[in-house]
Amino acid sequence: MKTLEIKNLHARVEEKSILNGVNLSVQKGEVHAIMGPNGSGKSTLANVLAGRDSYEVTDGEVLYEGKNLLEMETEDRAREGLFMAFQYPVEIPGVNNSYFLKAALNAVRKHRGLPDLDAIEFMQHVKQKAKILSVDPTLLSRSVNEGFSGGEKKRNEIFQMAVLEPRLCIMDETDSGLDIDALKIVASGVNTLRSPERTIVVITHYQRLLNYIVPDFVHVLSGGRIIRSGGKELALELEEKGYGSIEAHSEPQPAPTA
Amino acid sequence: MKVAEAEDVRFGRFEEFAAARAKVEPSWLRDRRRAAILRFRQLGLPTTREEEWRFTPVRSIATTEFEPATARSIPVTRAAVEPFAFAGLDGPELVFVNGRFAPDISRPSSLPAGVRVTSLSEILTSDGALVDDNLGRYVKFEQHGFTALNTAWMIDAAVVLIPKNLVVEAPIHLLYLSDAERPAAAHPRTLVLVGEGSAARMIESYAGPAGQVYLTNALTEIVVGANAQLDHYKVQRESTSAYHVSSTHLTLDRSAVFTTHSITLGGHLVRNDINALLGAEGTSCTLNGLYLAGGDRLVDNHTAIDHAKPHSESHELYKGVLNDRAHGVFNGKIYVRPDAQKTDAKQTNQVLLLSKDATINTKPQLEIFADDVKCTHGATVGQINDEALFYLRARGIGRDEARQLLIHAFAEDIIERIHIAPVRKALEQALLKELPLKD
Ligand SMILES: Nc1ncnc2c1ncn2[C@@H]1O[C@H](COP(=O)(O)OP(=O)(O)OP(=O)(O)O)[C@@H](O)[C@H]1O
Ligand SMILES: [Mg+2]
Repeated sequence: MKTLEIKNLHARVEEKSILNGVNLSVQKGEVHAIMGPNGSGKSTLANVLAGRDSYEVTDGEVLYEGKNLLEMETEDRAREGLFMAFQYPVEIPGVNNSYFLKAALNAVRKHRGLPDLDAIEFMQHVKQKAKILSVDPTLLSRSVNEGFSGGEKKRNEIFQMAVLEPRLCIMDETDSGLDIDALKIVASGVNTLRSPERTIVVITHYQRLLNYIVPDFVHVLSGGRIIRSGGKELALELEEKGYGSIEAHSEPQPAPTA
Repeated sequence: MKVAEAEDVRFGRFEEFAAARAKVEPSWLRDRRRAAILRFRQLGLPTTREEEWRFTPVRSIATTEFEPATARSIPVTRAAVEPFAFAGLDGPELVFVNGRFAPDISRPSSLPAGVRVTSLSEILTSDGALVDDNLGRYVKFEQHGFTALNTAWMIDAAVVLIPKNLVVEAPIHLLYLSDAERPAAAHPRTLVLVGEGSAARMIESYAGPAGQVYLTNALTEIVVGANAQLDHYKVQRESTSAYHVSSTHLTLDRSAVFTTHSITLGGHLVRNDINALLGAEGTSCTLNGLYLAGGDRLVDNHTAIDHAKPHSESHELYKGVLNDRAHGVFNGKIYVRPDAQKTDAKQTNQVLLLSKDATINTKPQLEIFADDVKCTHGATVGQINDEALFYLRARGIGRDEARQLLIHAFAEDIIERIHIAPVRKALEQALLKELPLKD
């Protein structure tokens, strides 16, 4: 079954066209990596999928579990199990991290027809996830991302992902800014989330992360299109030769069908 | 001065009032009232032609027929007071209805020997000379029409006297309640003297029944003695149809520490003045404020901090949330006199506009005549942060709830600085009720 199907997606921001016909099809339970040079539109794609309205979709369609994703409100996408780990998590002074997580978790649970967790159940759930990701529990009593180090912010994203248990995880450069130890912790945290029921899209510049989170497919996004797709060995090739060679020699490829 | 005389009549017949008061009050007070009404007749109410009132038209006050607020025909009960009391607050609570002390619905409380928390009428019988020396000394009633009007028409006053070297743990609550069937004008008056080396906490509350139209014209004088500390709160929960004009005049002696939080939740037209005289070395003065307004309401905060001597510090943080067509005004003056070297003054003013029709006029005014000083000011006016809103929604939190969270976080910054837990809790509840003032 397809979790995500992106067809001919075009998007722009302030008159500037950024996505120029993205095609991508992701089966349930697969891990896909999207790589590509700076400014090629990776974050734009992730944000369009999450529903950020500063990006205007001008053409194409996106099906998420068979439903028209682009028609859904941002919060409904999240409640339906889509999660984007932000490349640049936002600091929100005055909003308590644990209050925020509880509000988010209960909103998601409500949508799934589950009862609210009470304070004790919530803490148990959260503590368990915090342990897996080695998240310092004192971060929970602080404001959302406020004053967190770069690495703490990234880890907090994956921690939220673990707490909310989404079905489609889109991780936008979660590895940048992490030191080697933190990268291992985050990667193993992500791997504990891997399951046949969960689909993962990782956006990254580095092969390093993909040693830990081994992808089924690798795609290269350039100039707002996927110009090449392949297996995990494509990431190695990119590491060796850079994007230049591919950009020079590639024609846009059709989405892999499976 | 014909116009002003006509104005004066609209607040009641002063001659009758003064004659009645003269029977029960000392002659110095009678003379002070008389001087004040003469001054009021010269000044009248301020107009928008005056720089200090440019954005705050009080014409609607000037055209409303106010009765002098008197004791109600139906007495106010304790039940009417409860919503404005702070659950769990223990300490003396003096209730004034329409400016007059109401002992039967007040709550006495034991206080350290020598501390007086009482009404003017009561204290005149025991410490008349002390009141004569202090009442009206820290404010020039000549200043503007409202202060003159208060001095002429005050019917009673709350008096808080704390002798030297005492710590008063119990927060003192002064609750000024308005309640009248027809538009009435009350002139609440407060005098607070904190003796050398003492420490106290107090709250001034102003409130009235929802929907009622009335004028509260309040005047407060506070003196914090050498090395003394006062933690002060002003919580304004008037009817949103009411007019609330208040001025607080503060004098700090050597090494005194003063903190106030001015919380404005009610009032149709609100003007708050704080004038702080840092008249001796080494004082510390913190002015924090939070105001929320929607509809066509106007909230004007004017603060003036006068650094007269060296080594004093002042911190000021005002935050406003404005919705609909609400209008906010903030004017923050800081004077640093030639003598006041090593002054450290910081002023911050932040406003959150929730609608495109809400407006704010903000003006810092720094006048610095000393060279070795640190003075900073900053003002920010903004909307709800879209990035933060998207982040919250991307985690499944609905748009309205996400907005509410962000507005609340903005306001909470002031609320969480409140040191008296029952007051903080009550205001947190009030915030939840008021916010997000919808779209
Ligand atoms: N809000 C915006 N306003 C103007 N231009 C934007 C905006 N957001 C993105 N862009 C531009 O769109 C292009 C694609 O940006 P995007 O962030 O999607 O790239 P990316 O592939 O994620 O890059 P990186 O690898 O650096 O994260 C860039 O040229 C960027 O400057
Ligand atoms: Mg990016």
